[in-house]
Amino acid sequence: MDLELRGVSRDYVRPGRMVRALDDVSLSIRSGEFVCLVGPSGCGKTTILHLLAGLDRPTTGKVLADGAVVTGPDPSRVLIFQDAALFPWLNVQGNVEFGLKVMKQPREAREKKVSELLEMVHLERFAHSWIHELSGGMKQRVALARALAVDPAVLLLDEPFGALDAITRDLLHEELQGLWLKASKTVVFVTHNVREAVLLGDRILVMSPSPGRILAEHTIGLPRPRRMDHPDIVPISQEVLASMEKRG
Amino acid sequence: MRRFYERLKALPVPVQRTFFLTGLIAVWYLLGVLEIWPSYIFPTLPGVISSIASGIERGTLPIAVWGSIRRLATGYMIALGTGVITGFAMAHVKLFKNTFGLLVLGLQTLPSICWLPLSILWFGLSEKAILFVVVMGAFLSIAQAAEDGIRNTPRVYIQAARNLGSRGARLYRTVILPSAMPTMVTGMKLGWSFAWRSLMAGELIYTLPGLGYMLTMGRELNDMNQVVAVILVIVFLGLTTDKLGFSVLERSVRARWGTESGK
Repeated sequence: MDLELRGVSRDYVRPGRMVRALDDVSLSIRSGEFVCLVGPSGCGKTTILHLLAGLDRPTTGKVLADGAVVTGPDPSRVLIFQDAALFPWLNVQGNVEFGLKVMKQPREAREKKVSELLEMVHLERFAHSWIHELSGGMKQRVALARALAVDPAVLLLDEPFGALDAITRDLLHEELQGLWLKASKTVVFVTHNVREAVLLGDRILVMSPSPGRILAEHTIGLPRPRRMDHPDIVPISQEVLASMEKRG
Repeated sequence: MRRFYERLKALPVPVQRTFFLTGLIAVWYLLGVLEIWPSYIFPTLPGVISSIASGIERGTLPIAVWGSIRRLATGYMIALGTGVITGFAMAHVKLFKNTFGLLVLGLQTLPSICWLPLSILWFGLSEKAILFVVVMGAFLSIAQAAEDGIRNTPRVYIQAARNLGSRGARLYRTVILPSAMPTMVTGMKLGWSFAWRSLMAGELIYTLPGLGYMLTMGRELNDMNQVVAVILVIVFLGLTTDKLGFSVLERSVRARWGTESGK
């Protein structure tokens, strides 16, 4: 699915003032592309994801998905939240099943799909665990499985690995890349970690804060699957960082 | 002495409690045997037991228990229904919250037994009058909890659910209501204990088959054994409903959310 922002601004009303989170942002993402948005906090990265998901509306400008104006959330574009946002009243299976139930899939089909997905994220033994019993990395895996259950064309990830330890993060980077290489999904990945962006993205959009704008664009041509210890990652990261500081 | 205390403390809690209760009952029994006080001042263990036994035998105790429980259950159900609907309305209709919500907040400080005079003037000396007091006891805390629970549904849950295609009544049933459960359970439990207290207070004043009335009868007959027997029955019923009803709900919430309060 192609995604596009055309001259998008977004203002929020805060007590006593207006805050411009995004200022005249235009970008386009090709179907199947892995794009990373990087920038310091408050640069509107999350706002862009929410706009693409249809969970937020632009103040001016247009958000387009495959050429059609986005008017609301849709299972074809699924957002994965920073803190996973899993439902604590459902167990792992219930969470992954949630979207399938909304789609009114029959029980056998649901169960089959859930067990496939849990196997894919290596959580098949935890189907009946409650959410609070999982570690941070496991929660993000469940969130990924819950999103993939509805077979979205677009995955929108909001700093999904920000709160995880380095080892778990490396593992999830690997899994996410593997998944993206297998399934032809469009991925928009938000992070403030430049190296993570270089590791994962085909393209990096660098943003500046208050108001949020796109400062620079980098295409990363490294072969996949990539690993954090690839010698080119550090120099490219420095390049990206330099473009961030130029005007920031 | 100190070592004795340390050893007692090291015993399992149920054993500690058994010791305590056995001791308490023994002291009670002995004080009764010594006949220091007249029987209308001091209840004796055999007296209380035979009072319970004869109450059961004559049928007065089961009738009283049934009367009170039925009243409590009816009143509580009415309070639960109206409370949840009111809470729902306060959470969603701003005008209702701004106006009626003020009453709910303000009236919470009023002990519900204070509604009894009003209720008697409205409904006369009838079953309805006491039911009204019970409903008023439970209604406010249930309404308040329902509102809090619904209103405080974390936004990300709603966003995540909408993103997966859930909307309207389905979103309400599968996300907003379950997310409100921990707060609701706390409110329901509070409402239950208010209803129970209001009922007993109401029944003390009333001439209707019920535990409160049995207490009053005990006093009028100078029958201390009956008074204490009924008190024990009331405590027993309170503990039972708590253990069988709300504790089960609370445990289920705790298992899922993994916290004491559920938040």
